[in-house]
Amino acid sequence: MSQSHAIVAGLLNVVLGLAFLMITAALLTWVERRLLGFFQDRPGPNRVGPFGVLQVAADGIKLLFKQDWIPPFADAGVFVLAPAISMITVMLAMAIIPATPLIGIIGDLNVGLLFFLAMSGLSVYSAVLAGWASNNKYSLLGGMRAAAQMVSYEVFMGLSLVGVVMLAGSFNLTDIVRSQRHMWYVVPQFLGFIVFFLGGIAETHRLPFDLPEGESELGAGFHTEYSGMKFGMFFVGEYIGIMLISAMTTVLFLGGWYGPVLPPFMWFGIKTGLLICFFILLRAALPRPRYDQLMALGWKLLLPLTLLNILVTGALMLGLPGPA
Amino acid sequence: MLSSLRTLWYTFLHLFQRNVTVQYPEQMPYLAPRYRGRIVLTRDPDGEERCVSCNLCAVACPADCISLQKSESEGRWYPEFFRINFSRCIFCGFCEEACPTYAIQLTPDFEMSEYVRQNLVYEKEDLLISGTGKYPEYNFYRVSGLAVPGKDKGEAEHERAPIDIRSLLP
Ligand code: SF4
Ligand code: SF4
Repeated sequence: MSQSHAIVAGLLNVVLGLAFLMITAALLTWVERRLLGFFQDRPGPNRVGPFGVLQVAADGIKLLFKQDWIPPFADAGVFVLAPAISMITVMLAMAIIPATPLIGIIGDLNVGLLFFLAMSGLSVYSAVLAGWASNNKYSLLGGMRAAAQMVSYEVFMGLSLVGVVMLAGSFNLTDIVRSQRHMWYVVPQFLGFIVFFLGGIAETHRLPFDLPEGESELGAGFHTEYSGMKFGMFFVGEYIGIMLISAMTTVLFLGGWYGPVLPPFMWFGIKTGLLICFFILLRAALPRPRYDQLMALGWKLLLPLTLLNILVTGALMLGLPGPA
Repeated sequence: MLSSLRTLWYTFLHLFQRNVTVQYPEQMPYLAPRYRGRIVLTRDPDGEERCVSCNLCAVACPADCISLQKSESEGRWYPEFFRINFSRCIFCGFCEEACPTYAIQLTPDFEMSEYVRQNLVYEKEDLLISGTGKYPEYNFYRVSGLAVPGKDKGEAEHERAPIDIRSLLP
């Protein structure tokens, strides 16, 4: 009997969590457009509903009623699979985020960090398969760029976290947050923080690292051929990706739910929200680099920096006595 | 790298600046007096139609959207019909510049949307207004050397009597 209770509670947790994610991702589209507007001295969408919030509903309805078209030259099976991969991987990765010790789907997973890296590795497939299955040269170029960019940035993203894991002595995200009670890892692991965030932008292929999409040169890159809700799924995937990277940065470097006065989940929300706003600011401010510049930045600057970071962290941990 | 950070900072500061957007239907934009909007046909100070059907506007129009037919009564020309197709008009104002009588003028009004395209074809009744528009004093026949009923040659404002071409003396 108690076991069935546990299953029901677990399912409820998953369903509610995912519903919350979907709603926040949808709202994020509106937040982003309004914020972008403010950054550009204009109000953004403010007509539908109070402050324009219902714009989200209007967009959703529009997407649902658009023609859902699979091009005759596309590989239909893979074509349909790709947006699903994009959404499922980020959602699965999101499940391991502990918002507080109590709120979260599987926040206590003992290989949480590895699971996150695995899922963000899998999410490359969505862009690559979408570009390949579309059978369109722009999509293919976008998919190729996505493959190279995401695979190489994944390297530094993983390496930049090694320092955190060394300090915390655990892959479990809840434990990592707990070990930041006295000092957030952004201080001792500042390089790791920067590299992880840059890698995160590249991983979610957000501006300024949105080369796989590259509206101005590739049309829309890997999702040129997508329409209707399949396009919507890529979009939701991208926005949950932003939330995921922001939440991960909060958990790994900014002390998760720790903070004075306010209740823990508020602190988590505030930190994550500010990081999301920073993502949007990046989009408003920075131009897209050239493709080779992106790769050069990754391999020639970020990779040595992360290796140095690991080396110094390890040396200090060996050299300095005391709790690590 | 530094310039990127500076860009980020400047963009962030824009959060605290006023929006430049004019919230149109609630807040009307200021339109300059010479704004090129809806076209009208004006009357001279005596209340007569200014247009003399010279067709210069129709010739000047790059979109070919003016159509008119000349008719004559009491010694002068009037347009029998005068039609502007606003679904083709590009509001360039060339017609206004071409018009010798200041009859055709563009006004600061752009709110002329229609659901049926045909309704954008304005006839003379729709175009003709009762006032003089931007040139309150101007009356073409008072300043031109043309003879019309009630005014012979040489009787226009600032005009000298015609030279007697049969005389040798000035
Ligand atoms: S404004 Fe230009 S396009 Fe319109 S009627 Fe006059 S000349 Fe033609
Ligand atoms: S509106 Fe002016 S230019 Fe056009 S026909 Fe009449 S007098 Fe001539």
